[in-house]
Amino acid sequence: MSTESLRIVWIYPDLLSTYGDRGNALILARRARQRGFPVEVLEVRSDQRLPSTADIYLIGGGEDGPQALGAQRLLADGGLHRAVAQGSVVFGVCAGYQLLGRSFFAKGTLCAGLELLDFSSDRGPTRAVGELAGEVDPRLGVPALTGFENHGGRTHLGPGVSPLARVTAGVGNDGATEGAWRGNLLGTYSHGPALARNPALADLLLRWATGVHQLPPLDDTWSDRLRAERRAAVAAATRA
Amino acid sequence: MPLRAKVASSVSRTAAALSRAAGRGDGSVIGGWIGLKIDPDLLAHLSAGRAIALISGTNGKTTTTRLTAAAVGVLGRVATNSFGANMPTGHTSALAKAGSTPYAVLEVDEHYLAQVLDATEPHVVALLNLSRDQLDRAKEVAMMAQLWRAALVRHTDVRIVANADDPMVVWAATPPPNHDHRIAPPHVTWFSAGQRWHDDSWVCPECGSTIQRSGEQWWCSGCPLRRPEPQWTVEDDGVVDPTGAWHKVKLQLPGKVNVGNAATALAVAAEFGVRPVDAVLQLGTVSSVAGRYAQVDRDGRNIRLLLAKNPASWLEAFDMADVAPTLLSINARDPDGLDTSWLFDVDFAPLRGRQVLITGDRAYDLAVRLEVNDVPFQHVRTFDDAVRSVPPGRLEVIANYTAFQDIRAELDRVN
Repeated sequence: MSTESLRIVWIYPDLLSTYGDRGNALILARRARQRGFPVEVLEVRSDQRLPSTADIYLIGGGEDGPQALGAQRLLADGGLHRAVAQGSVVFGVCAGYQLLGRSFFAKGTLCAGLELLDFSSDRGPTRAVGELAGEVDPRLGVPALTGFENHGGRTHLGPGVSPLARVTAGVGNDGATEGAWRGNLLGTYSHGPALARNPALADLLLRWATGVHQLPPLDDTWSDRLRAERRAAVAAATRA
Repeated sequence: MPLRAKVASSVSRTAAALSRAAGRGDGSVIGGWIGLKIDPDLLAHLSAGRAIALISGTNGKTTTTRLTAAAVGVLGRVATNSFGANMPTGHTSALAKAGSTPYAVLEVDEHYLAQVLDATEPHVVALLNLSRDQLDRAKEVAMMAQLWRAALVRHTDVRIVANADDPMVVWAATPPPNHDHRIAPPHVTWFSAGQRWHDDSWVCPECGSTIQRSGEQWWCSGCPLRRPEPQWTVEDDGVVDPTGAWHKVKLQLPGKVNVGNAATALAVAAEFGVRPVDAVLQLGTVSSVAGRYAQVDRDGRNIRLLLAKNPASWLEAFDMADVAPTLLSINARDPDGLDTSWLFDVDFAPLRGRQVLITGDRAYDLAVRLEVNDVPFQHVRTFDDAVRSVPPGRLEVIANYTAFQDIRAELDRVN
């Protein structure tokens, strides 16, 4: 951690907050506070400078226009690149995941990404909408991913990143893999408040940010019930 | 009316009546569906000779339609789709069932506005708002505004009543810069009804720059798009008309939101020549709208039903609800949208200090949301469990679409 408190920056909520993306900031802050970490959450709008000294950066989903604009502003600002060079954690969701890569398509145009992760995205033949599930890279020590995806993009991973998960339901990157990670950077197509269904993923980001490898367990009764209920729903839909 | 249309219209009415008699539904869709199978132009034929208002937007359209129909009723009989069946099948059913009427006020699903404009050639169209709603299948907000705009430039003879507070609506109601100047631009009347939800209009739909806000004003930092001066506004518990006269609005419907809906209704009715002073009393006759705001007494509890479908309408529901035990019910079936992530766009903090019960297919999604929001709650399996869990007195029920219909069915399809 860079300072006394854990600093979480939510990047450009004015542009990239299509569906409940605030949830990820709320969940991280709550889980950190429950472990006794003081937390500061900063919402940085697209007309503001991005601080480069925070511990965790969150980038959410958005429509094509805001996504392209967000990427331009982040490239011009440079703050996120400096933060990553210093080891900050970045969690990107959906459009925010795509723009971490080399390039993506928005409004039919190829747009430059931030080149923080080795992948590129283009348009798929169909829009991927529905439940998304996968077995997470065992090196991350996180149980199965569950989420909801809603995107028209397909993401092609380069050798410099690992997939976050192997898809068991839904599409993710390309029907086989879902999301990507390298170092302290992680992205997923599980859109919106992805951490609500994946509290272990929230704890992974907190471990990365704090360097504390054994976080005390929390009461996750409701998350566990939600995960079980979604797992059953996906299984029922697969059988049908 | 051509013979085929007459037959289609008659069969449509019969099917609707059969559906109601069989207890299979309220008949507001099936009749139109059958009628349109027989005569695909039935909606156009049924519209001919009527002065029609269309009401569209993400939120408030059912209530505003009901209030507008009451206001226009000052002039004569009004056909309307008051069950919220807001696609062409519903419009066809409503017009066939009403028979010959001089006026019609139709609620239109925002995705169907272009199609219904073409079929009905209305006198006036009201554009209420555009915000995120079921994005897993609905068009994204900017795309919806684009569709509206493209439809409206093909109908420059239609009078528009539009929300000055919503940048997406203002942009949709304004002809594009390359508009053919030989064609007169549409006649737009602007209203301001107060807008709580801003999170879908931070980026200018015209140029992509940031939308700036200060108080009620908003403007684009990169192009001339800005808030037009509204002719109709809300002040306290009344509506100010374009002459500056203030009309007290006494509604049976709760909340400031509905005073705003009343302002819209008066503005639309004025396009037919209805004076607000004549219409305003009619608005007070509306007590509930397809079950919304309805109150039912059961086992000593006074249960009130509020519908909330998306983040903007949840904010409105909290504004309407009393400080009382509150049941929240969430489903994610097809009509609701399959995605529940919007729950994190709603701040449930206004419910702190109230007894909160949760139920519905997706109660666990809501449970996780409320936990993060520091709102204590109790999960109940059934509506009856909820009623038994609260003391006698008011029970507010806030539910999304199919959850609302489920509870309405429990209460014998209360209207």
